[in-house]
Amino acid sequence: MLYFSKLRIVFITIFSLLFVLIASSNLFKFGDSFFDKKINLGLDLQGGSYLLLEIDNEPVIEQKLQNLTTTFRNFFKDKNIKLNNIKIDNQNIFFNVIEENKQKVIDIFQDENSEINPYYPRFKSHQLEIEDLGLNLKINFSRQGLINLKTSSQDQAIEIVRRRVDEVGTNEPNILKRGNSRILVELPGLDDPTRIKSLLGKTANLTFRFVTQNDEDRFGVEKLEYEDGTPSVNVSKRIIISGENLLDAQPKMDTQNNQTIVSFTLDRVGAKRFGKATSTGIGKQLAIVLDGKIISAPVVRDTIASGAGQISGGFTFQSATDLALLLRSGALPAPLDIIEERTVGPDLGQDSINAGMIALSIGFMLVIIFMFVKYRFFGLITNVTLIINLFILLGILTLFEATLTLPGIAGIILTVGMAVDANVLIFERIKEELKDETNNILAFDGGYTKSRTAIIDANITTLLAAVILFFMGSGPVKGFAVTLGVGIFTTLFSVYFIARLFTSLYVTKNKNNGKLI
Amino acid sequence: MIAFNKYYNHFNVLSSALIIISLLLLIFKGLNFGIDFKGGTLIELRSNDTKINVSSLRDKFSQMNLGDVSVKKFGSDNDFLIKFENKDNKKNIIEEIKVNLDKSFGNNYDFRRVENVGPKVSAELLKSGVLAISLSLAIMLIYIWVRFEWQFSLGAILALFHDVIVTLGVFSLFSLEINLSIIAAVLTIVGYSMNDTVVIFDRVRENLRKYSDIKIFELTNISINETLSRTIITSATTLLALLAIYFFGGEILKGFSLAMILGVVFGTYSSIYIANTILVRLRVSQKTVLREDDK
Repeated sequence: MLYFSKLRIVFITIFSLLFVLIASSNLFKFGDSFFDKKINLGLDLQGGSYLLLEIDNEPVIEQKLQNLTTTFRNFFKDKNIKLNNIKIDNQNIFFNVIEENKQKVIDIFQDENSEINPYYPRFKSHQLEIEDLGLNLKINFSRQGLINLKTSSQDQAIEIVRRRVDEVGTNEPNILKRGNSRILVELPGLDDPTRIKSLLGKTANLTFRFVTQNDEDRFGVEKLEYEDGTPSVNVSKRIIISGENLLDAQPKMDTQNNQTIVSFTLDRVGAKRFGKATSTGIGKQLAIVLDGKIISAPVVRDTIASGAGQISGGFTFQSATDLALLLRSGALPAPLDIIEERTVGPDLGQDSINAGMIALSIGFMLVIIFMFVKYRFFGLITNVTLIINLFILLGILTLFEATLTLPGIAGIILTVGMAVDANVLIFERIKEELKDETNNILAFDGGYTKSRTAIIDANITTLLAAVILFFMGSGPVKGFAVTLGVGIFTTLFSVYFIARLFTSLYVTKNKNNGKLI
Repeated sequence: MIAFNKYYNHFNVLSSALIIISLLLLIFKGLNFGIDFKGGTLIELRSNDTKINVSSLRDKFSQMNLGDVSVKKFGSDNDFLIKFENKDNKKNIIEEIKVNLDKSFGNNYDFRRVENVGPKVSAELLKSGVLAISLSLAIMLIYIWVRFEWQFSLGAILALFHDVIVTLGVFSLFSLEINLSIIAAVLTIVGYSMNDTVVIFDRVRENLRKYSDIKIFELTNISINETLSRTIITSATTLLALLAIYFFGGEILKGFSLAMILGVVFGTYSSIYIANTILVRLRVSQKTVLREDDK
């Protein structure tokens, strides 16, 4: 166990130096061309906001089922099958058909090449399930159909969230999917997430619809409230243009009356429809509806054919800016709820870094002094090893650009405390060997060999705990699992290569000087 | 050589008592769950005005209709921790509070940290925390079973169980807050205590193979003594590191390091006085390990 070939010594030296260099690149700037990796600081250390959003998919499912009923009705009409008493209840579609058509309908739904019910061969499942309830037929989304629907609304939502966050211009936001109905937003450096929260909390579904007096509009009407609380009016369900038709939106100052407005430009389809609607609807009130509330309902005075227009509604400059931003980034497929929020101010983050560093230095000093007092020369070897171990640990974290959190720093300090364990096991074993063995080389060799199973078992148990923590833990706690887990590997490396190398050099030189430890 | 085995019975009674008391505490007093597991809102506030103190803050917050609000000093004299349940899960609660506080305190305060955990998330966090701890115990059980004989596995798991239960018992007794970092601490305790037990067990097994004529009662004592200086040194360095975190690592890590300190103390104790006594009670002998070797 004590023999090291020249090649191995060179390799260990180079390896250790390399990691010392990598680790110190966090402190000194070597220039990006040489090495541009750095340990990331977690939000709890650099300050910032962590938001977990959940997509409320219920309206999406309702809407989808609503659309499907129309599709089904038309599809079966072509096949001369009439669907009766169609209704949607609790995310199911119910309808009935005459008895002789029943099997036909079921077959169409269960056909793998069905036009109206896509089949996913990979999951051996249709999008929809059909069930014969005797009196009527029930159709609902299959498990896989629901998953697909959720994933696609998540895909859309994450895109919109990204656009909105980018527009606000925070530095290096981190936007990730979580499960199939959640989105995680990490905003480093942001200490007040109020604005982002209000921006993400809005669906931003914009429609232009005429205010109507009669209740029998061909498309149906609904009573909508004004945003400022003015009594509600009837608005047609017919959509002239919607947010999708917008090319751009900007906040502007109306020079005539010093009001802040949002000006917008429309795409070709939108411009055409807007032009037509404004030409036929002169004198009528055109309601601008955002998320079910009327912003304003100006009277159409002229035909607007240019495809440009403006929205007024008693905006402040801030609210006009936000509305323009929301319109530019597009509507969310479904409302988002903020189900978890954690914000740390930058000064608290800095305080945590300082406290962590002080604790690390003090813990390190205490351990080093203790080891030196206890083992003298071999304590010194342990301590040098411990320092190199720390560098390798930081080097690996840098190499993988791992995120360092406050519990992560605690993990490093704990590693320092526990890292000496392996060396202690070895040294104590050597001491025992030396009780009835006079040859230093043999005693040291025996010490290393006989302590090995205990060391490996002991480290694997800690590693197992770290692995579980990594997969089950969230946020800062994950950072703890990372440093603790990586710390085990670096500890074993430094004990078995670096400390053993020093020990071996010392012992072979002084093998005849009596008991060495 | 210290005669640890003289007190096996005494300490078995003590351990059982500790476990029973802890279980009773956990059942009847329960744990003081933080917002991570209970849901709710937490604000860490720093003031730079002496007018802002616990009672004035309590006063202001009680006027805001937030239900039960707890206001406590947090570390230094001008840092405060405010917690409430946020039952209705109001969306703009933080902004409303700011507006309200601005009225009385102006700009003389600062929110250093805001955490808001919804009921759904807190329920999930609790579930995954409990799952993580159970999973770690199960995996340790299996690992030791593979590496040693089942008697050892049982002894190690009982020791672990003791450490986790008693640590949580202390948290219950003093109503210390349980949050995500405490779960991390408990898992690390599981790893550490296991580590400690394994080292002694490794020696017990080695000695079992070596001496056929020494009874397990005597043999565990020999093994404990042979590994004693290692046990003490490792516990000492780990405790030194943890004490550094406890005293200098800031308020946020206090609970975590306290749990770890307790865990290291209990873990060291249980490796000696629970894990080994189980081996004695199960009458482990040379046959136990040799039979395993034949396989």
